[in-house]
Amino acid sequence: MSMDHYMRPQQIRRPFLTPGVVVLILLAVNGLAFLAARLFFGIGAVANLSNQYPWGIWIGIDVAGGVALAAGGFTTAALGHVMHREEYHAVVRPALLTAMLGYTFVAIGVMIDIGRWYYIWHPLVFWNGSSALFEVGICVTIYLNVLYIEFLPVVTERFIGRVDLPGVLARLNGVLDTLLRALDRGLSQTMFIFIIAGVVLSTLHQSSLGTLMVIAGPKMHPLWQTPILPLLFLLSAIAVGFPMVIFESILASRSLGLKLEMNILSKLGAMTAPLLGIYLAFKIGDMFVRETFVYLTVLNAASVMFMVEVLLGVVIPLRMFLSREVLRSPPLLFTAASLTVFGVLINRVNNFVVAYTPPYSFGAYRPSLGEISVTVGFVCLLVLLYRACVMIFPVISLPDKALSPRSRYTVRG
Amino acid sequence: MAELNRRNFLKGALVVGAGTLAAPVEAGPKNVLSPDRMGVLVDTTVCIGCRRCEWACKTAHDLPTPPVETYEDSSVFAKMRRPDVDALTVVNRYDNPKEPGVPSSVKVQCMHCDHPACVSVCIVGAFSKEESGSVLWDTDKCIGCRYCMVACPFQVPAFEYRKAFQPKIMKCDFCFKRRGAGGLPACVETCPEEALTYGRREDLVRVARDRVKRAPQRYVDHVFGEYEVGGTSWMYLAGRDFYELKFPKLGKNPAPGISESIQHGIFAYFVPPVALYGLLGVLMWISKNHQEGGDE
Repeated sequence: MSMDHYMRPQQIRRPFLTPGVVVLILLAVNGLAFLAARLFFGIGAVANLSNQYPWGIWIGIDVAGGVALAAGGFTTAALGHVMHREEYHAVVRPALLTAMLGYTFVAIGVMIDIGRWYYIWHPLVFWNGSSALFEVGICVTIYLNVLYIEFLPVVTERFIGRVDLPGVLARLNGVLDTLLRALDRGLSQTMFIFIIAGVVLSTLHQSSLGTLMVIAGPKMHPLWQTPILPLLFLLSAIAVGFPMVIFESILASRSLGLKLEMNILSKLGAMTAPLLGIYLAFKIGDMFVRETFVYLTVLNAASVMFMVEVLLGVVIPLRMFLSREVLRSPPLLFTAASLTVFGVLINRVNNFVVAYTPPYSFGAYRPSLGEISVTVGFVCLLVLLYRACVMIFPVISLPDKALSPRSRYTVRG
Repeated sequence: MAELNRRNFLKGALVVGAGTLAAPVEAGPKNVLSPDRMGVLVDTTVCIGCRRCEWACKTAHDLPTPPVETYEDSSVFAKMRRPDVDALTVVNRYDNPKEPGVPSSVKVQCMHCDHPACVSVCIVGAFSKEESGSVLWDTDKCIGCRYCMVACPFQVPAFEYRKAFQPKIMKCDFCFKRRGAGGLPACVETCPEEALTYGRREDLVRVARDRVKRAPQRYVDHVFGEYEVGGTSWMYLAGRDFYELKFPKLGKNPAPGISESIQHGIFAYFVPPVALYGLLGVLMWISKNHQEGGDE
């Protein structure tokens, strides 16, 4: 462990607007325009969904993909807090922020996809225990709250001793500071409850997302339809957690002009290899048990997408993560991580969109311009919020020589 | 009762077991698989494709209904149609290569499964199987997630995509209210050919088997819906392979079977999640002590 400097989460002080950020804002506004059309004129006015294809990319990418790619939140929490590996604490907060924003957009994504968005609260009142979707809904709702609670210490840390309200409200500064300190104390004593709950809730709903499509039975292409779908979903979510952290760390460092923490990232990459290996073993094993490899001998959208998903998205990055050279090289490590992220995202799209072959179809489903715009807009909004958050709150750890490791507000949750 | 049924059938009546029409109001939990649950037997060898059932259905459900004469237009058969938000039942016609000029007409609507996938998957429990056989949808609960449409093995529920406010899931309700008031399903009542037979499901299975036995040259030996996905309230007879008539290929297991066992396995009395929570807690405690003891 290199002890030449201590890492401390700090606010990133840079101008918010850059040419890239302006592009993101434009794409986000474009998405919001289509979203407005959906709210005023109904789903049919914007999306290519039909009675034959009731679910499209809003479910496949925004919801299923979003949940999977936010898995870095619970895998790093398990590593940093449950396994208590201090050296990884620097990546826990960025991963937590990604998960918090990711799940927020999952919830928004669900809301715009359901026909009656204003009834989003119904599952809390009307229960159906046999529905996998009900379980996903409840777990995601609770987990979203857990993520906000896990992020609260970052907020208290930012404002303790620095509450500075304007004008008349300044009189409340003292009271507010006392409240924040009490909240901070309470949180640090109880945080382990939420951290463990976050991991349990994640394993539950990550797997149940896989159960969702099991009941579609013969409507789903045999390459993907298997009773072990929940296990495959869980294993792939666990495997994509660290690559997602690597992916966003390298992107954020580049965008914010920070030094890369290759030390931590290489180790995360090395740990990814066995996780991806286990996932691949079950995926291939399942294929041989059900003898679905016969479907790979015909050339069609399903077989091509399956091969892309497995070769490009699992096999190649797995081989890369096993190489020391890759683990040491930022561009190669970034490539391996990006391929894994791509592979899991494609897997979710395959499961929910490509594999879905209804018995009565009048032309295949193709996402509309509106659907794509909304999905792209949400991704851009998420990136913009991430950028704003790391500038407002101490999320990203930077070397801080002036600080002792045991300082009151050193890396914590 | 059984005698009466047989006699009814011999007369070719369209109602089997009329005595059970007005089911007594019962207290206690619903017995959705009660032997008295009702069904319809559709004999596609009798159906002439007049589409009066489509007209009667729309009228009975207050849907925009074109004048009855327009239903004589047979050009609609050029394309296969599916039930939709403005048509809860449709009739399709399939030419018979072996007997040109004698096409088969097939009425399509919700099958009212005995073990409905929609009831199993609905996130808010907006679907219910009723004792009378109907599978119903509750507008007060539905959030419009369309998981029912993904799950339905017959691809029946339709969604009002064009509505921004209170879009509905639309599907045949097996005339739940009409039947509750002692009436017949609108389509059964209107069918001029008596291609639709309404009665206790049990009796209908017997009737169907009997017809196949009496006229084996007329029917294929398969009552569609008797066993498919665990059995359906609506069942079909046909003169040719059902798959030529675009019926889905389905096994005998109820659609919700596998996913419900997975679901109940993961959540068996909350033991697995609670056990995982405990395990992680112990792991966290051990690694914390280990770290603090070892490092400093």
